[in-house]
Amino acid sequence: MSLRIVVTVKYVPDATGDRHFAEDLTVDRDDVDGLLSELDEYAVEQALQIAAEADDAEITVLTVGPEDAKDALRKALSMGADKAVHVEDDDLHGTDAIGTSLVLAKAIEKAGYDLVVSGMASTDGTMGVLPALVAERLGVPQVTLLSEVSVADGVVKGRRDGDSASEQLEASLPAVVSVTDQSGEARYPSFKGIMAAKKKPVESWDLSDLRIEADEVGLAGSWTAVDSAAERPARTAGTIVKDEGEGGKQLAGFLAEHKFV
Amino acid sequence: MAEVLVYVDHVDGAVRKPTLELLTLARRIGEPVAVALGNGAADTAATLAEHGAVKVLTDDASEYADYLVVPKVDALQAAYEAVSPAAVLVPSSAEAKEIAARLALRIGAGVITDAVDIEAGDSGPVATQSVFAASYTTRTRVSKGTPVITVKPNSAAVEAAPAAGAVEALSVTFSAQATGTKVTGRTPRESTGRPELTEAAIVVSGGRGVNGAENFSVIEALADSLGAAVGASRAAVDAGWYPHTNQVGQTGKSVSPQLYIASGISGAIQHRAGMQTSKTIVAVNKDAEAPIFDLVDYGVVGDLFEVVPQLTEEIRTRKG
Repeated sequence: MSLRIVVTVKYVPDATGDRHFAEDLTVDRDDVDGLLSELDEYAVEQALQIAAEADDAEITVLTVGPEDAKDALRKALSMGADKAVHVEDDDLHGTDAIGTSLVLAKAIEKAGYDLVVSGMASTDGTMGVLPALVAERLGVPQVTLLSEVSVADGVVKGRRDGDSASEQLEASLPAVVSVTDQSGEARYPSFKGIMAAKKKPVESWDLSDLRIEADEVGLAGSWTAVDSAAERPARTAGTIVKDEGEGGKQLAGFLAEHKFV
Repeated sequence: MAEVLVYVDHVDGAVRKPTLELLTLARRIGEPVAVALGNGAADTAATLAEHGAVKVLTDDASEYADYLVVPKVDALQAAYEAVSPAAVLVPSSAEAKEIAARLALRIGAGVITDAVDIEAGDSGPVATQSVFAASYTTRTRVSKGTPVITVKPNSAAVEAAPAAGAVEALSVTFSAQATGTKVTGRTPRESTGRPELTEAAIVVSGGRGVNGAENFSVIEALADSLGAAVGASRAAVDAGWYPHTNQVGQTGKSVSPQLYIASGISGAIQHRAGMQTSKTIVAVNKDAEAPIFDLVDYGVVGDLFEVVPQLTEEIRTRKG
C-alpha cells in the first residue's frame, strides 16, 4: 500500500537580506529575495528518507503563498519530491498562524495523506506552532520536534530532545510530524534532480477549491492584529579595545562597572 | 478583577523561573490563577502563592507524562472553561507554545508567541514582540477571543507578591486525541549544575574560534566564574564540539539575558537572531571586522585563549 506523504514548506524572505514591514504591517515581500525556509529542507530530507524505506511512497510538497512561492516548491521537487501543490489566492494576504493552519489542513485533506512532515518552525515568523495546529485541525497525533524519525508498519517513531529530557515518541498513522535541524543534513539537488523537477506536476488551488470563505483568512480573518512595527534603533556604538596583553582585565573592569561582577 | 490563567512550567513540583516572571506580567492585567499539571503539581502552590497566584488549579494524572502535549491542552481548556479568564499566559518553551496554539484554536482565540512584554490596553492585553532577528519591535493584540500569549524567558522581573494560592483540584476529561502520541521512553538530561540556557541571567558562548571540543573548558570556566549558562554557535555545534541543546541562534535557542558574552563568534545572522535582544553584549574575537562587533557594548579584539582566561582569573580575584 502506498504511503502518502505531504510535506508543508514555506517561502520566506532571505534572513541575510534587509527584511521590512509593508504599510499594512504585513511582511514586505517585494523588497527582499525569498527562498525555501531552511528548516523546511530538513522536512523534505526526512520525507525522502522515509519514502526510501517504504515499499511504495509518494511525496507531495505543499505551500501556501504568493506566486513566487513556487520557487520553494521547485527546490523541494528538485531534491526529489514527486509533485507539488501551490495554494494561492489574493484573499490570503496577511493570514495569521490560525488561518494558515486552516488552509494547510484543508489542502492536506484534499491532497490525501498518511503522514504530514513539517519543519520545526519557519525562519521568518519562528512561531513553531503550525504542526501542532494542523494536527489539532486534522484530529491526528502530533509527533513533533523530532531529531530522529522513522516509519514502519503504520507507526511513526521519533526522538524529541527537550530542555530537561529526551523523549521517545510513538504514534499510529495518520500523523503530523515536525523535524528539527538535528534530524539530518538536507541533500543538495543534483543537476538531474533540477532538470527532472521542471517536468513534475505543480497544481494550483485557490480558496474555492478548498471550500474556504475569504473572511476566514487574510488580514480581516486574522485573530491577531499588529498595531505597530517599529525598526529597532541602531545600537549605540560600543567600546572596542585591542588586546595588548590586558584585554581580559579591561573587560573585567567593564563587567564590574556594570555590576556583573 | 479579571482572572488571568498562567500555565505553570515545573519539574516534579519545582517551578521554573519563566513561570514566576509570567506571574509578574499576569498581575498587570488581572488576578493570576495558576494551572499546574502532572507529578508534583500541588507542590508548586507555595512558590506560586508567594509570587501572586490567588488560586492554583492542579491535576496530577499520569496522562501528562505518558502522552505528548494533548492531555495538557485538555486540562488547560478545562481550566479556561472553569475560570473564564481575561487572558491565558504560557511560557515560550517549545512544548508550551504547542499547548498554547492548540488551546487558542479550540477556544476560538488568537495566539501570540514569544512576547517580550505585556501591558494592559484599552481592548485587552498588548504584547510586544521582537522580530526579524530583533531588527523590529511590534505591538500586537489578539482581536478575537480570549488572548493566549506565550512569553519569552527574562521578559519581566520576578517579584514577590504574596497571595492566597488556594489549591483546587482541576477536573479534566481527556479528549479522544489525548492518547494519540505515546511517550515510550524518557532520558532525563544530565545536569551540568549550570543554569538553563534560556533562563540564565548571563550567557557565555563559544563559536568557531574555540576550535575544538576540548577547548570549550575555557568557555565553561568563564561561565562558572560568573554563574552563567554556556551557549554555542551553530558552527561549534555542527562541528560536534558542544551539544545542540546549547545552540544559540535561529535554529537553536533564543536567549535574552542581562549579559551575553560571545567568544570566537563572528556574528552571522543565524546567531544574531538568537541573542540580539540580550541587554548587554560583549564579544572577544581575533577578527576586528567580525559583524558581532556591530552589536557590542564592549568588544575586545584579541585571541580568546589569551583574553578569556585572563578575564576569568580577574573575575575570580575580584569576587575573592
